[in-house]
Amino acid sequence: MGAIFDNFGSGVIPLEGYIFISLIMFFTGIYGFLSRKSLLMILISIEMILNSADINFAAFNRYLYPDQMEGFFFALFTIAISACETAVAIAIVINIYRNLNNVEVDSLQELQEPESTETKTEI
Amino acid sequence: MEYTLYILILPLLSFIVLGLMDTKWKPRVAGTIGTAVLTIVTALSYYTAWEYFSTANLNGTYQKIIAFNTVWVQFNEYLHIDMGILLDPISVMMLVVISTVSLMVHIYSLAYMKGERGFERYYAFLSLFSFAMLGLVVSTNIFQMYIFGEMVGLSSYLLIGFYYTKPEAVAASKKAFIVTRFADLGFLIGILILSYYTKTFDFGILTSCDANVFASFSGVTFMGASALSWAMALIFIGGAGKSAMFPLHIWLPDAMEGPTPVSALIHAATMVVAGVFLVARLFPIYITFTPEVLHGIAYVGAFTSLFAAVIAIVQTDIKRVLAFSTISQIGFMMVALGVSGYGGQAGTGYMASMFHLFTHAMFKALLFLGAGSIIHAVHSNEMTQMGSLKKFLPVTRWTFLIACLAIAGIPPFSGFFSKDEILAATMHFSPGLGVMMTFTAGVTAFYMFRLYYRIFHGKAYQTTNGHTPHESPVAMTLPLVFLAVVTIFAGFIPFGKFVSSDGAFYHIHIDPTIATISVVVALAGIGLATWLYRRENDVPSVVARKFSKIYRAAYHRFYIDELYLFITKKIIFKRISTPVAWFDRHIIDGTMNGLASVTQWTSLKTKGFQSGKVQHYAYVILLGTLIIAAIVIFI
Amino acid sequence: MMIKEIIFYILALVITVFSIMAVNSRRLIRSATYLLFVLLATAGLYLLLDYHYLFAVQVAVYAGGIMVLFIFAILLTQKPGKNIRPEPLLQRVMAILLSSAGLIFCGIIIYQSVNRVYHYVEKVEIPVKEIGSTLMGTGKYEYILPFEAISIMLLACIVGAIMIARKR
Repeated sequence: MGAIFDNFGSGVIPLEGYIFISLIMFFTGIYGFLSRKSLLMILISIEMILNSADINFAAFNRYLYPDQMEGFFFALFTIAISACETAVAIAIVINIYRNLNNVEVDSLQELQEPESTETKTEI
Repeated sequence: MEYTLYILILPLLSFIVLGLMDTKWKPRVAGTIGTAVLTIVTALSYYTAWEYFSTANLNGTYQKIIAFNTVWVQFNEYLHIDMGILLDPISVMMLVVISTVSLMVHIYSLAYMKGERGFERYYAFLSLFSFAMLGLVVSTNIFQMYIFGEMVGLSSYLLIGFYYTKPEAVAASKKAFIVTRFADLGFLIGILILSYYTKTFDFGILTSCDANVFASFSGVTFMGASALSWAMALIFIGGAGKSAMFPLHIWLPDAMEGPTPVSALIHAATMVVAGVFLVARLFPIYITFTPEVLHGIAYVGAFTSLFAAVIAIVQTDIKRVLAFSTISQIGFMMVALGVSGYGGQAGTGYMASMFHLFTHAMFKALLFLGAGSIIHAVHSNEMTQMGSLKKFLPVTRWTFLIACLAIAGIPPFSGFFSKDEILAATMHFSPGLGVMMTFTAGVTAFYMFRLYYRIFHGKAYQTTNGHTPHESPVAMTLPLVFLAVVTIFAGFIPFGKFVSSDGAFYHIHIDPTIATISVVVALAGIGLATWLYRRENDVPSVVARKFSKIYRAAYHRFYIDELYLFITKKIIFKRISTPVAWFDRHIIDGTMNGLASVTQWTSLKTKGFQSGKVQHYAYVILLGTLIIAAIVIFI
Repeated sequence: MMIKEIIFYILALVITVFSIMAVNSRRLIRSATYLLFVLLATAGLYLLLDYHYLFAVQVAVYAGGIMVLFIFAILLTQKPGKNIRPEPLLQRVMAILLSSAGLIFCGIIIYQSVNRVYHYVEKVEIPVKEIGSTLMGTGKYEYILPFEAISIMLLACIVGAIMIARKR
């Protein structure tokens, strides 16, 4: 970390700076994903995770391979895909809200085997 | 003589059909079919006997005829199990005996078993037994004999346990099955040893006593005796189990729980002589290579004979008296075989044994059927509930008397001739043994007439169930009369002309000294019985009290059953089986149950992982990724 | 060039603070707003990296499109003025533990392993014409295939979203 402080004020932003920012954003998103119950909050967390990846793409491209455009385009495509994903996910959330009248992730257990008495096999 | 195959096939078919139809048909139909089939079989057997004895004679010696043979299981070029039909004097003789007695029993049972539950089943089992027994005697090889012997044991088991709702019958059937199976284990080991060295099962090769066949036995010994002796002794154990020789006799008295006609057929005339037949079949090997085993057989037979006779004196159940009498008489046959030599006059014992087998089958079947007739009339097995029945059951009484005279050895009844030959052969072998057997013959006469007097004379009959006894129907008296006629005249058959140790003619001639002694002893036995039991008096009870210890011991059959129970229950079950069972329950089962419960516990505990909650899955995925990454990077 | 650095640290602070606030807020509409700040700050980072086109896309698609969708969804599914019930403490603690563990783990790796790269190559922004021809080109390092795939996927998403969300 010392190098950052050494170069502090020199006007140069190190690559690590971008990576650390994206890292923080990523794990904040992870935290939100794991801790929140609302589907919309989970979706927001996912957006943050995707966004942090975009930063990395762009930063790597600019610092390591400035003559090429792979990172740039990947970031572009990721933005497009996240837009798609959000659209579909929000459609699903709205549909769930219509059926269950809430958007809590815990209430989505229909795919799991229902814990009724007849399927419970106590040997 | 291909048609002999039908002697086997017909009872088998009858068994299958009757067994499959079971209660679909009326009892009368099933009985008729069974009896009709047996009639045909009997006719075929008689025809076979007539044709065999009239054509197979070559230069005064009877040839062995393989009427039918097929390889059943091929092990290698030498060793194969065949299924076939061997005709020689003893097998033909046995065919006649079995089919005759079986037919009589079939006819008799039509009336005796009338109205019983499972009548059809009874006839199916009888057919199975006939098939198995006929197959046993015509076996071409020792393994076929073993297989049919097992089937005989099975049908015996089924028929003893016929009244399967009675606990005693079930216990008796299990006892018979287990004891004979235990003996058959010895038989099987003996067969394996024998065939391992001789590389054959075939009777033809084995009994030729070719030194080359037995060459590989030379020098092989085990615990001081040669391997061949062991093999033959083990085979004899199989025979002893079937023939109820001491100490494997314990099942036969209990087997009387079965229907009386079954006792007559299986436990008097046919199955129990299977052991005698087995020894007779392998007789050339015994006499040529292992005479010591043969002599051992003689001593076992003699002891069994005397032992059973003593027990028979004090039994009060008429069927048990007959059962012990049967054991005793089979002992006679074994003795005769044991003391016999091979060929010519030396082969007296062999001929006598077969002769006695023949006559005994007839008169013992007669005795049992007579006992059945008495039980039919009185509805009890106990002597104490009988007495003075002679006026109620004239036919039964006279035929029973004839049989008693025959078994006691009074001329001119058939038993005299065969028993006399046995005594002559025994006396020739060893005077001590001869005296013992003569004494046993006297005891036999005594207990048979005790039985006779206690049933038909003595105290007046007191009815217990309110109706007077009456003579049995014709279907039951007809076999009695037929067998009585055979019993009277069978002694005059020139038996030595047909059956002898080497197949050559043998001329029976009665030794006047021995004959006189045996008749005198028998008459003494009868006289004693007459004095004691002809009229009701208190001499028997006085005698019984005087010898109370021996009396009680004999009444309890010298505690042999208790000894067995002690050995099995107290020693084997308690000291071995219980710990083994405990080990099985707790260690083996415990391990298995433990595995199951650990699996169950694990699945119950891990069930929560499949919660269906997305966040849990994500958590685990991330944690796993981190751990794997940490391992890859830092280690 | 000091100004760039200052801007970067401001953006970094904004992203850190608002992203944490976004995932912790009790009200969804506030979370969405904080997310909007995060996304705009990200867009600022693109600007710092001289990716002006990406900046435009980020603002247009995320801040413009996705945020509108979020706000619609929130308004449709939440009752106004009502806070979300707090999650169980255990769940939050576990999430904090895992994400901080991951953060520390990755941070150590990056700190120890990534070479300090300071040489920032000054370049003019990529002309839109070049972006367009690269996107539509069929040669090496050109992206017609992913572009078409994305466009088909977008179409599929539109259809799918309508199918799922429409009233039956």
